[in-house]
Amino acid sequence: MNAIEKVPTEAKRDRYSAGVMEYRKMGYWQPDYEPKDTDVIAVFRITPQDGVDPIEASAAVAGESSTATWTVVWTDRLTACDKYRAKCYRVDPVPNSPESWFAYIAYDLDLFEPGSIANLSASIIGNVFGFKPLKALRLEDMRLPVAYIKTFDGPATGIVVERERLDKFGRPLLGATVKPKLGLSGRNYGRVVYEALKGGLDFTKDDENINSQPFMHWRDRFLYCMEAVNRAQAASGEVKGTYLNITAGTMEDMYERAEFAKQLGSSIVMIDLIIGYTAIQSMAKWCRRNDMILHLHRAGHSTYTRQKAHGVSFRVITKWMRLAGVDHIHAGTVVGKLEGDPHTTKGYYDLCREDFVPQNLAHGIFFDQPWASTRKLMPVASGGIHAGQMHQLIDLLGEDVVLQFGGGTIGHPMGIQAGATANRVALEAMIFARNEGRDIVNEGPEILKAAARHCLPLRQALDVWKDVTFNYTSTDTPDFVPQVTAAE
Amino acid sequence: MRLTQGAFSFLPDLTDEQIARQVQYCIDKGWAVNIEFTDDPHPRNTYWEMWGMPMFDVKDAAGVMFELNECRKAYGGRNYIRVSAFDSTHTWESLRLSFLTDRPADEPGFALERQEVDGRTIRYTTRSYAAMRPEGARY
Repeated sequence: MNAIEKVPTEAKRDRYSAGVMEYRKMGYWQPDYEPKDTDVIAVFRITPQDGVDPIEASAAVAGESSTATWTVVWTDRLTACDKYRAKCYRVDPVPNSPESWFAYIAYDLDLFEPGSIANLSASIIGNVFGFKPLKALRLEDMRLPVAYIKTFDGPATGIVVERERLDKFGRPLLGATVKPKLGLSGRNYGRVVYEALKGGLDFTKDDENINSQPFMHWRDRFLYCMEAVNRAQAASGEVKGTYLNITAGTMEDMYERAEFAKQLGSSIVMIDLIIGYTAIQSMAKWCRRNDMILHLHRAGHSTYTRQKAHGVSFRVITKWMRLAGVDHIHAGTVVGKLEGDPHTTKGYYDLCREDFVPQNLAHGIFFDQPWASTRKLMPVASGGIHAGQMHQLIDLLGEDVVLQFGGGTIGHPMGIQAGATANRVALEAMIFARNEGRDIVNEGPEILKAAARHCLPLRQALDVWKDVTFNYTSTDTPDFVPQVTAAE
Repeated sequence: MRLTQGAFSFLPDLTDEQIARQVQYCIDKGWAVNIEFTDDPHPRNTYWEMWGMPMFDVKDAAGVMFELNECRKAYGGRNYIRVSAFDSTHTWESLRLSFLTDRPADEPGFALERQEVDGRTIRYTTRSYAAMRPEGARY
């Protein structure tokens, strides 16, 4: 048996007598509670230790993520404590998973500092994940009220304005991460950028761990990359860009790198998720002030998003990042080399791009989520994708997405420019065919073959990568099959 | 060089039937199609000359194709012409598609000018060779 159940409780004891009391009796379990429009709601997947009652475990999560500590404190009575207590109002069994439950917990808006992901996350995931009576805990989704959303700036630029600045409409943007990701000198690195952009890509990208290393210091990278961007822009007459990664050890270093990128005329800078929520919000504000697009690489997220039993779902991270104000976020490819169940990934894409996302349990979306005109966040599909999958990518991900073909550009047998051209031709041909009403899912391979007739690089790309797929079972999948509706 | 602005510049030049099908796609989505032309194709020249107003009420691509041909008669061969589609949906309220339909026979492209400033920093200017001549006499 566990600590909670061993606790002796006296049924009629006064709520504020000194001692230990079940969380459910302290006001953290209120099955009749109707969440207010202004409440933040969190749904957790709770796996209690053997013998722990799921309702008590859920109430404990509500308590420990709001006002409670392990014992009764009289100082509660100095406060409007009924308001500040988080209220678990619903506990449902997880389909096909007898050990775990979905606990719905409502939090009053006054529990959170306006405009601070740091404060929101410190409250919701700050303490409870190590709570002993639980074997595992996962934050599945959150309903963010409009009243709270409006305290954040949202994306510095957003999809629409990014497209306006780039003058590119009606098709996904094309990018590539420079490879090899480590070891190139600044001069050699800029060569890859130039070739890829001139060949037809819109963007190139630093990888998450390209910062300022012995083989290439950051200023050298920035200078050579901007030479490459401007050369490619003049060669094509199109706006081009490269995501200069400004991730560094301190905020001061990041600001210095951002300022230099701006001084050189870059339209976009990049940060990694591992810099932390506050640093992300600071850079988003800087980007707003400086007309800069902000790309976020989700470096590190799989340490807590991938396993279903424990951690934080990426859909929650997506919501936090749209509030925090980044313009691009890596959100999965489905068909590439990295984790991504199609339904779950569709859920992330909707959260990035829609102004209202209705509840859709089959996509892992637990709540209606209004965004109240918060700008749209451009999802980025990157990792193990190639031109031969173009019809699948457009069908699954739509047109407001950056498709990043790193290996699929740089690994082309005829060189980087040819690789970029192959991707661009495949992309334009597929969008063109889709607009004409063709069934791209079924006719995709034929459409590509026809486009390859006037494009040798595409023919070669289709030949080299024709059989490359990454068919592994996803670990993070929805718990509800598409036919099932909400377990009301 | 070949200017690669617009959604379909990496495809072979479009036929009128192909343009009409893309236009019909836009109309069917409820977007207003607009025709613009310019002889200054600088990548940051946002405001091309409008051939009339966006065609908010035209429901058949044939109407747009008629206007496109009128525009070609007046400016074709010496200008770039593009077709764009505006979506007035709340939270979008901008272009949904934009592609070139016509380009001058000869495209001289752009010069990249470098001004060396502090340290190793360079200020870049992209200049269209054609636009160095006066408007109307460029292509």
